[in-house]
Amino acid sequence: MNLETSEVAMKNLQNNDESFISKKVVSLNFEQLQKKYFQKNNDSIYVINFWATWCKPCIKELPAFEKIASEYADKRVKILLVSLDFPDKIDSQVIPFINKNNIKSEVVLLDDADANSWIPKVSTQWSGAIPATIIYKNDARKFYEQSFTFEELETELKTFIKK
Amino acid sequence: MKMRKIIGTLAFAAIGILTLNSCKNEPTDKSEEFAINETVQPEFVEMPTETAATGYSIGDEATDFKLKDVNGKMVSLSDYGDAKGYIVIFTCNTCPFAVASEQRIVDLDKEFKPKGYPVIAINPNNPEVQPDDTYELMQAKAKEAGFTFPYLYDENQTVYAKYGATKTPHVYLLQKDNGKNIVKYIGAIDDNVRNGAEVKDRFLANAVNELLAGKEVSVKETKAIGCSVKQ
Repeated sequence: MNLETSEVAMKNLQNNDESFISKKVVSLNFEQLQKKYFQKNNDSIYVINFWATWCKPCIKELPAFEKIASEYADKRVKILLVSLDFPDKIDSQVIPFINKNNIKSEVVLLDDADANSWIPKVSTQWSGAIPATIIYKNDARKFYEQSFTFEELETELKTFIKK
Repeated sequence: MKMRKIIGTLAFAAIGILTLNSCKNEPTDKSEEFAINETVQPEFVEMPTETAATGYSIGDEATDFKLKDVNGKMVSLSDYGDAKGYIVIFTCNTCPFAVASEQRIVDLDKEFKPKGYPVIAINPNNPEVQPDDTYELMQAKAKEAGFTFPYLYDENQTVYAKYGATKTPHVYLLQKDNGKNIVKYIGAIDDNVRNGAEVKDRFLANAVNELLAGKEVSVKETKAIGCSVKQ
């Protein structure tokens, strides 16, 4: 009952102009993504997760990232969800998914077909399977080709908070 | 005395391995996570590539297998007496990248089977974790997509692990050499998984053509986004 009520509330909220902004999903090529999000040097911790709406283990771990975002907002932790959905699915899949699941983290779509050129730039360790996640703070950086539970993600995050 | 100790150690190791396998084969979400977590990657900068993955590297000898095709027949690499090598592709029924690659895989088989490099497709996913990948749905897929090559069911989920396939599609190009199957190329079909019409570099086809010309493969490994293997 509570859940239903909150869903209705959420839908109402989404009709506001303010939340309409969050419905936009920007498409970037890898160079743009890298420039904009991979090179921050401001003592914040950036958690960048590669996912797609069709990727089951990705969907399953998204709540962990959302929970981190809300619980660690005051610790300068920022979450970016990089969707690898096909660009023609933004309106039909990605935005409806974000709305339905009330995803609050920033979502961008990586529209860059030549994955062989950019996967190694994310990490030489990455086979290309998703989900995959990067956590970085200034020059310290770790890459994970795995699924996370909230506890596992929190444990990794704490190693950065100490730094 | 010493012998007994060794046997004891071996038995212990065997139990360990069995436990690991039984965990992996358990069709629960938890086991999937467990299996994936085994590949936790330490520090981004410091870790060299060769320690990253288990499975084959370029130059390794690939194992043969005996897996069930969608028509019920068992298929092994050794069935192809005249082949010069094999294009082994781990793929599945519904992963969008696999679906986007279907026609290209059919075309590769048409192009290279007559030249001695047939396509052998293997579905590594556990249908209890990924219900879209049952044997029956594989049969339907092969028919609907007009597969001209074997589409094999990795029922015990052992072959993909030996090869080191982490995702679908994931290609291994093998060349026969004195009765051994040597890994010559690992990676993507080409440089545009999403759209075959916009491909600029046909990595796999180039590699096969180089082998056919008696040359060394120039681009031996490539990366592509894929769906993680559902264990």
